[in-house]
Amino acid sequence: MKLTGAQILIESLKAEGVEVIFGIPGGAIMPVYDVLFDSGIAHILTRHEQGAIHAAEGYARTTGKVGVCMATSGPGATNLVTGLVDALMDSTPIVAITGQVPTHLIGTDGFQEADIYGISIPATKYNYLVRDVNKLAQIVAEAFYIARTGRPGPVLIDLPKDIQNAVTEYVKPKPVSLPCYNQYFQEINEAQVDKAIQAIEEAERPVIYVGGGVIISGAHQELYEFAKRTRIPVTTTLMGLGSFPGTDELSLGMLGMHGTKYANYAMGEADLILALGARFDDRVTGKVSEFARNAKIVHVDIDAAEINKIVYAHIPIRGDVKKVLQVFLKKLDKAKLKTYDKWHKQIQEWKTQYPLTYENSEDRVIPQYVVEQIYEATKGEAIITVGVGQHQMWAAQYYRFQAPRSWVSSSGLGTMGFGFPAAIGAQVAYPHRTVFTIDGDGSFQMTIQELATAVQYHLPIKIAILNNGYLGMVRQWQQLFFKGRYSHTFLGSPDFVKIAEGYGAVGILITKKAEVRPAIEKALETDNTVVMDFRIPQEDNVYPMIPAGGTLKQMIG
Amino acid sequence: MLHTLSLLVRNHPGVLSHVAGLFTRRGYNIESISVGVTENPELSRMTIAVGGDERVVQQIIKQCQKLVDVLSIKDLKYDESITRELAVFVVKTPSNQSRAEIIQIAGVFNARVADMSETSIMIEVTGNQRQIDSITRLLAQYGIEEMARTGIVALTFPSKRKPEDSLEKE
Repeated sequence: MKLTGAQILIESLKAEGVEVIFGIPGGAIMPVYDVLFDSGIAHILTRHEQGAIHAAEGYARTTGKVGVCMATSGPGATNLVTGLVDALMDSTPIVAITGQVPTHLIGTDGFQEADIYGISIPATKYNYLVRDVNKLAQIVAEAFYIARTGRPGPVLIDLPKDIQNAVTEYVKPKPVSLPCYNQYFQEINEAQVDKAIQAIEEAERPVIYVGGGVIISGAHQELYEFAKRTRIPVTTTLMGLGSFPGTDELSLGMLGMHGTKYANYAMGEADLILALGARFDDRVTGKVSEFARNAKIVHVDIDAAEINKIVYAHIPIRGDVKKVLQVFLKKLDKAKLKTYDKWHKQIQEWKTQYPLTYENSEDRVIPQYVVEQIYEATKGEAIITVGVGQHQMWAAQYYRFQAPRSWVSSSGLGTMGFGFPAAIGAQVAYPHRTVFTIDGDGSFQMTIQELATAVQYHLPIKIAILNNGYLGMVRQWQQLFFKGRYSHTFLGSPDFVKIAEGYGAVGILITKKAEVRPAIEKALETDNTVVMDFRIPQEDNVYPMIPAGGTLKQMIG
Repeated sequence: MLHTLSLLVRNHPGVLSHVAGLFTRRGYNIESISVGVTENPELSRMTIAVGGDERVVQQIIKQCQKLVDVLSIKDLKYDESITRELAVFVVKTPSNQSRAEIIQIAGVFNARVADMSETSIMIEVTGNQRQIDSITRLLAQYGIEEMARTGIVALTFPSKRKPEDSLEKE
């Protein structure tokens, strides 16, 4: 069967089970869009390519499938770069397809030409520039395989326009075999697991420290059983939220820069840390030389390069967390487990003494209160996406995530403007679930134009803007570490209600505490896109806080 | 300390960018890099000299192993491998005496005189890094007009080759 490159691409995407593409057409990708028109694959037209790739990330993060986005050459392609790096940092499986100028124009500075292959090398797990239409089907198969296996990540395929138009015999791809790509698939070293179990038997003050790897590998049930059987308390990173029920007695909540005091104290006092699919980010460790100095560290990660990268692991275990935990569970039957009563008593004292709490006496719209009300109104069952900043930390602290893949945050890269387009991807994946974006006024304005996308596709996303008129987190740092000199952080944000209405969405203004819950209830009853403008105090801060590079002892608030 | 890393990589466009880009992105400094074909036309061998303590080098190796195009990577030990570099110099010869001295130095290092003019002499030399550094230092006394070095190529001695040495991805 003779097909064009564009037809082969669409056939290949169908073969991979792609249901939806997020993107924007343009000159160099038009042959593909022409085939897409009646292909049966859905397409969401965003208003900016950054919106497209963040939407693909939201789709991927909530479903576990590969998210697909598409853009034209040059500016279309370069607008994807932030999302590529974002996906790389958070190990999100993405296949990005970009049009490219025809091969005879490559290197001539042709109209809308950019070397996205070169640009995206450090921004992707792998990338391709297709120079031969006969290789296209195999490349697409490889790209999806690389994106979703091992430590997942973004893969870019750059496709010149003449290759899209070239006609060739379509041959189905062979099963993917990459001789250089199998480091992720080694056997689990059971002797190391035995050593780790011995460490658990010997420990007095163990802590399980969970990262996004547990969610990616779908290991939440194994984690739950492991924690319950060993009775070891669990703290999670920002990426790990939802991997363990936030309301469970063993939960310490989030750790790190804005983690709970009791999680950070527990890490500081621990004599054994079981790091599961977590990578010791600086927002977790603070000053590395002071981090968990008295603890033996067991580090489970699928990526060998993460082991010993930041913190020395006494017992490294390389492998998929789910499979490693299954080995642990099998071996626990014979282990001499303790109950760690003294340790639990200590943690309970910290929990009582330093609860996660905030001042809530006045009739103001307190951000933490807003998050709690969203949690209650949605019974903790919503998908929550966030931008980056103070609102992100308040959401992480006060929405008690119960299930994996219900929390979507740009955690590694910290991309402002991530949350709302990510919510578009999540709502496309789950049309009947409640999808809430908790955003800051600064963050929201970075991708605010996607309101048009949400309204066009009737996506009933609820957007809660915690509006303090500032780039709030930077302002907080200026207050605490730059003598209150608020250098260029005042935004004086616009009338979000009118903007929402201008886009055809529903806008609600909330200025009093008493209006908070009714506004949320009204939003939940509305089947349109809703923008809630919560006017919160301008100078509220996120606490607790460990200053950047600080130690646990320097925790403020 | 300088380490010599030997990588087998897929022989196709963009691989050098991927490897070199990794070093840039992770903040590692490449002292020298050389790339060439191998007995297998589908593979190229890259020899990279890189400085850093054991921990840094281990991290570099692991990051390189992650690259989709890297088949294997070895940290070559000095006494178990041959490492060679080619260098070419143009040295000033203000007098006949200096020219004679330079030819004498070249003889000590088994270097070859490639060309000569009234005022300069061209020397090519192959050797390990210490030898190249030594002759460079000696020739510098006369004034080096131009020089070029290839970066090292290296291989493990067949008699020292052990399967567990290879960090090949299984």
